[in-house]
Amino acid sequence: MKKVFKVFKNKAALAGFLIILFFVFIAIFADFIAPYDPYEQSLYDRLQPPSKKHLFGTDDLGRDILSRIIYGARISLAIGIISVALALGIGASTGLVSAYYGGVIDTILMRLFDVMLAFPTILLAIAIMAALGPDLKNAMIAVGIVNIPTFARIVRASALVIKEQEYVMAAYALGQSNFKIIFRHILPNIVGPITVQASLSYGGSILSAAGLGFLGMGAQPPTPEWGAMLSQARSFIISAPWTVTFPGIAILLSVLGFNILGDGLRDFLDPRLR
Amino acid sequence: MYRYIIRRLLIMIPVIIGVSAVVFFLIRSIPGDPALILLGEHSSEESVEKVRTQLGLDKPKFIQFFYFLYNMARGDLGRSFLTNELVKIEIFKHFPATLELTLCSMLFGSLVGLVLGVTAATYRNSIIDYLTTVISVTGISMPIFWLGLIAIIVFSIKLHILPISGRLDPTITFKAKSGLIILESLLRGNFSVFKDAIYHIILPAVCLGTIPMASIARMTRSSMLEVLSQDFIRTARAKGLPARKVIYVHALRNALIPVVTVIGLQFGGLLGGAVLTETIFAWPGIGRLSVEAINARDYPVIQGCIIFFALIFVFINLLVDILYAFIDPRIRYD
Repeated sequence: MKKVFKVFKNKAALAGFLIILFFVFIAIFADFIAPYDPYEQSLYDRLQPPSKKHLFGTDDLGRDILSRIIYGARISLAIGIISVALALGIGASTGLVSAYYGGVIDTILMRLFDVMLAFPTILLAIAIMAALGPDLKNAMIAVGIVNIPTFARIVRASALVIKEQEYVMAAYALGQSNFKIIFRHILPNIVGPITVQASLSYGGSILSAAGLGFLGMGAQPPTPEWGAMLSQARSFIISAPWTVTFPGIAILLSVLGFNILGDGLRDFLDPRLR
Repeated sequence: MYRYIIRRLLIMIPVIIGVSAVVFFLIRSIPGDPALILLGEHSSEESVEKVRTQLGLDKPKFIQFFYFLYNMARGDLGRSFLTNELVKIEIFKHFPATLELTLCSMLFGSLVGLVLGVTAATYRNSIIDYLTTVISVTGISMPIFWLGLIAIIVFSIKLHILPISGRLDPTITFKAKSGLIILESLLRGNFSVFKDAIYHIILPAVCLGTIPMASIARMTRSSMLEVLSQDFIRTARAKGLPARKVIYVHALRNALIPVVTVIGLQFGGLLGGAVLTETIFAWPGIGRLSVEAINARDYPVIQGCIIFFALIFVFINLLVDILYAFIDPRIRYD
């Protein structure tokens, strides 16, 4: 626990953590914080500029933008959790297996990931979305899949170093099972790089999913997802620029939070990079 | 060196086959019958069956894939369902716009990023250094589709300085044979078109170049800091060389290797980002073509665009690797 607090001596990591904490807080307590129902339409209040009644103004259907952004935090955090969990789960296990067993398994898996890495990420996500169909759940899956190779590579590289350590040899000599060696001796020692990558990927996933939402391939209306909100607000940038401004700031801040926490963690875990 | 290049080119072949397989099977898994989409819902079963046979859709998927590879090797990517135009023609028509945009973004990103990074490292812990850190961290987290919209609001709608969209003013009729309007207008000495094209490309290029700029600034700063602390820099300073020469000739050249890696890696992001930027600024490039194709379920075009993007990405990665050897003579791949 003491070690966890030491991370926050790094001001950037602390700032990132506080930003994330803020978004987690509004996501959890959205029902109590949001002044209006995010789906409630009011034709009399269409495209109202920011005022005391509606702090961030209203959209073309008269919905309160602040409330939609607050509820949108839930969606964005969920996108991050699910896509990173998917990428981490599959990426880390394949990376571990690849490093531990080597040989043909390693070659096949790494060539497969080479192919995946040959695509610019958002394009691969778009191709997957074209196959799965436009939907928030599918966007999470697509963003998760495109992040698998990055996790696999990082885990493999770290595991290859740990695998050669004497205590792993000792565990092998003592006759422990491969499963136990991988998950009890190798995995705990590569948590550092995995954590850093998870934080950086979390921000990237929010950004990619918002991009998909913006292109109309992610969350569909009336879901208050920030990227989809921007996409719907595009037609009103001349008459109601506030409809575009606030969802974008929310995306920027949340991604920024995860990115600077990731940077801080990396500095903390690998002081050579400072 | 040549052996290395040939080896790398050979390694590219399985990667290209893999990329084609991924795209082929992904597109084939889209629900719906392409023949039915091509002919429309009210067509007779007989004509649908005929088109299915013509397109080879009645054969097993693996056989279809081999036909697809064979045709792709001959440069045939099929025809667009929408325009009936050859996909390769569609791609070649739209590619110059994307090329012009990505090159200008990269130019902006690299120049500004390098200058920011070098300045920040030279004046370490100064206000410029802190400002660069803030710019680079914010830039990396920037949703460029939002930045584009905000730039349109500020520079086009409020200030009326730059145009909202397109490559040229609609009143200008200029046919660029190569499709590269900026280059061709400059070579032909048509400066009014050149000026207009530059005005049009500023917003999309700056938007698309923001993330590379941020990454390059960051990498240049850390790489320069590492080089500046080395003995040969101290020697150069002790010799009495001017500070500018020490920084830009001695330090920067040695700090460039990791920066070139970042520039190469950023190209992938740039190609992906082009999809978003082109959509916002109605830029008639491949990114916009792919989004329109997805919305219209024009499978051959989606397939062609994604494979084309991936091929360019693979090729750029190869170029970056080769470039290393030229920048750093210590690196030789024999």
